[in-house]
Parts: sequence; C-alpha cells; structure tokens
Amino acid sequence: MPDIILYTKNLCKSYAGLQANTDLNIQLIQGEIHALIGPNGAGKSTAIAQLSGELVPSSGSIYFNGKDVTLMPVYERARMGLSRSFQVTSVFEEMSVQENLALAIQAHHGHSFYFWAAIQKNKLLNQQAAELATQFGLLEHLDLAAGALAHGEKRQLEIALTLAGNPQVLLLDEPMAGIGPGGSKELTRLLDGLRGQYSILLVEHDMDAVFALADRISVLVYGELIATGTVQEIRANEEVQKAYLGVST
Amino acid sequence: MLLFIEQVLNGLQLGFMLFLLSAGLTLVFGVMNLINLAHGSFYMVGAYVAATVMQATGSFLLALLVGLIMAGLCGLLVEVIVLRHLYKRDHLDQVLATFGLILFFNEGTRMIWGRQPLFMQVPELFSGSVEILPGIPYPVYRLLIIVTGLLVATGLYLLINHTRLGMRIRAGASNRSMIAALGVNIRWLYSLVFALGALLAGFAGVMAAPLFAVESGMGESILILTFVVIVIGGIGSVKGALLGALLVGLVDTLGRAFLPDLLQWMSASDNANSIAASLSSMGIYLLMAAILAFKPRGLFPAG
Repeated sequence: MPDIILYTKNLCKSYAGLQANTDLNIQLIQGEIHALIGPNGAGKSTAIAQLSGELVPSSGSIYFNGKDVTLMPVYERARMGLSRSFQVTSVFEEMSVQENLALAIQAHHGHSFYFWAAIQKNKLLNQQAAELATQFGLLEHLDLAAGALAHGEKRQLEIALTLAGNPQVLLLDEPMAGIGPGGSKELTRLLDGLRGQYSILLVEHDMDAVFALADRISVLVYGELIATGTVQEIRANEEVQKAYLGVST
Repeated sequence: MLLFIEQVLNGLQLGFMLFLLSAGLTLVFGVMNLINLAHGSFYMVGAYVAATVMQATGSFLLALLVGLIMAGLCGLLVEVIVLRHLYKRDHLDQVLATFGLILFFNEGTRMIWGRQPLFMQVPELFSGSVEILPGIPYPVYRLLIIVTGLLVATGLYLLINHTRLGMRIRAGASNRSMIAALGVNIRWLYSLVFALGALLAGFAGVMAAPLFAVESGMGESILILTFVVIVIGGIGSVKGALLGALLVGLVDTLGRAFLPDLLQWMSASDNANSIAASLSSMGIYLLMAAILAFKPRGLFPAG
C-alpha cells in the first residue's frame, strides 16, 4: 500500500441547490503527479478550492498527512505544506520578481519581531530568492516588476512562489492556461523536473501535458469521479471516452 | 501674493489632514476590499479623547498619545467584532453595516460627552505665529500639521516599501487570495492594517481638534472629501492617497479663496459672486471627474 498524503472522503459541495462536487474520493499518493481532468464545469476548480481551504465543503472531509484539515483556514494548510497555484495567474504584479520570491519564502514566519525588519538587507533571503529564480529561469528578471514579465514567465514565477515555502503537496489549477505551445512545453519540462520531490495534483486541459506528466489520472464529470487510473487505463476506459475524450466507439 | 502663499499653506495643511485619513481608508479598501463608511468615526474618537485628556491634564503630548491609542483600539475592536464577518459579503452589506457604526459612534459620543461641542486649546508651545517670509506671519500650529503630515508620509513610505509587514500589505493589496495561499495569516494582517488605518484617522482627529469644534458627526463631513481623495489617487495606493490629498486640499482651498475674484475680473456680471461660490464648492468634484475621464482607476491604481 503506497503512502497517501492527501485524500478526501465523500467530499460534497453544492451552491444553492447545484451540486458541484458529489462524493469525491480522491487519493494523492506521495510523490506522484496526479492529473484531474474533466470538461468545463465538471467541478475541478471547486475541488481544488476545497482542498486548499478557500471553500468550505458542504459535507465530507479532507485529510492531509493523516490529519483532518476540512475546516482549517487556507494559510494554516499552506504552512503545513499544502500549496496551490491559481487558474488566473496570481503573482504580485506591482512588486519586483525578487520581492515576490522573498515574500513567498518568508510568508510562513508568522508572528515574529522579524516582521518589522528591513527586507532588502537580508542576505539569506536574497540568496534563497536567487536560487529559486535560477531554477525557474528568472534570474535576469529579478529586478523587473512581475507585471512586466511575459505570460509564460509569470506562470513560471507563480510555480516558483508555490514552491518557496517548501511544500509537500502542490495543487496546480490549469498552469498551462493561455501560455501557448512553446510556453507549455517549457512548463511541462519544469514540472517534470519536480517529479518525486513533491506530490502534485494537476488540473489541466492541455492533454499533451497531462499525458506527458501524469502518473495517474482522475476524471471528473458533472461533479462526480467516473474513473481513476494510469494513462493507459484512462485512455482505454470506454466511459471516459464517451463522456470526455469525445471518441465514439 | 501674500494671500496666495498663505492659502497654499492652508491648502497643504488640509491636504495632509486628508492624507492621514485617506491613507488608512485606501489601504483598508485595497487590502480587504471593504468599504468603511465609519472611518470618520475614528477621526471623531481621536478628537474627543484628545480634547478630554487635554482639558484634564493640559498636556498635548499625553492627549495625542491617548487619542492615538484609543482610536487604534476602537479600530481593532470594530474589525474583530463586526467587520471581520463582512469581508466576503456584498459591498452593499458593508455600506449598511458601517453606516450603522456611524450612528452608533455618533450616538455614543453624545451619550458620553453630551450635545455641546468641545473646544480644545492650541497647545501653548505651538500657539502664536512665525514669519515664514518677511511680512508673512503664519500660525505655528498649522505649520506643525504640515510637518507631522510629512513625517507620517515618510514613515508610511518606509513601512510599506522597506519592511516585511509592508511587503505583505502591498502583496495583500495586489492579490488577496494568493497571499493566503502562500501561508500568510491574513486575519491577523487585516486586523493590523485596519487598526493602523484607524490610528491614522485618530491622528488626524487629534490634530484637527484645536482647529474645529469637536462634535458628534464631525467625521462625516470630512469623510466625503476623503473618499474623493482615494478615488482620485487610485484605490489601494498610499502614494495616490498622498498626491490626491494634496491636490484636493489645494484645489479646494485655492478655489474658495480666489475663484470669486477671478470670475469678477473676467465678467463684471453681478452674478459672479454666487456663481463663484457654487463653482468653488464643486471644484474638487470637477477635478475628480476630469481625472477619472483620463484615468478611470485613479492616478496610481493598485492591484
């Protein structure tokens, strides 16, 4: 039995009578890249938002590292090692790349007197920021405002931000959205490089990226999980083909 | 010319006063996306507390200190008890709730201090006037307001641009959901930002107390100007608040002082005076409309 780092138990979410997630039982295995796919409106983003803590489930529960985190606020989950990126690119546009990274690195140090300390002079912080920037090909842009980066670079910065706090689990909500084929190839390569170090739940529409990256795939249709399996199993699954891949058999 | 310099200084003084009020309001709007109509109440609390302490002890420094602390404390309590529950609600809900807070605070001050306005002496150290240029005397206390305004602006600049707390505040104004996802305790950050805003409003109230009558409802007349300032400056931007506040202060003061003469000189009509009077009170709104026509999100939009 492999180690399961994050799982849900009969997770349900409804908005004013509309059932967005029904009895979801998702299991994320330690170190895997697990893709969550499904047509628009299937409830993928709703599922991610519940896992990260932005949405409170209507019923059911979420366990992270064996602990029930169903009602834990977003920042506490983040401090425990559950990190997420957003569908809409979420970097701090007015701040420099350097500041974006520095903020993310020290976001976990909560109530210390450190708080009032000057930012620019901290060597360790600057060094860590530079290391992250190098890993994500952003070193030469450190002093640029994040808003001035190209879209693909913003996406890379965003992934760097989610990694800055040394998380265990990454929840990535459509990281390839809107960055074009070149950008998504680059990002696929970067994410592939993270394999094994983090457990990743990846929501993505770019099927090339999904098939290239995923160890396992779960398919969500109308808020319900209809299948979970390896890439081959999912490709071969008739129900999935009917419901989603659009192949008539 | 003499009059002009004096009016410019008056405009700057009003501007810095508005800056103290609008810095907090714009941060609260920018970081928490909260419309707080009760911001003027902290201004009023600062003024009442300072006037009371001043009457009792005669010490302006003590009055300032206690006024600041009480205004900040009121802000913290209001955030924790009421506003914390409204961040995710509609702006209309926030408007209704904070309007309720205005009524609460105005009635509260009437219950504690009565209906008679309080008056506060200008502290002795800063009473009288100095000659800023040969032959131009100007009240020291009004100069003090300009100087403290400058100091607060500098302090805020350092806090926001060069400390970790400031980095978080800027990040919160830029992208609220991301900063929580990174592991920042936003509840605590929100309380802190709100208390800081209330404290600055209280500061404005203390400084205003020797110049105006300290009375129930004094926060509302200045609140409207404050909203004009943050709309002009760009919601969420402290830099915008500073520039907007000085613009509004100068336009309002100079307009009222010189527009009547100017109009009379241009058209010898009998109506010039009454036209000028209404024009000058509309001045800042015309300014706001003109700026929004070119920069719909204000001079320095944040987020």
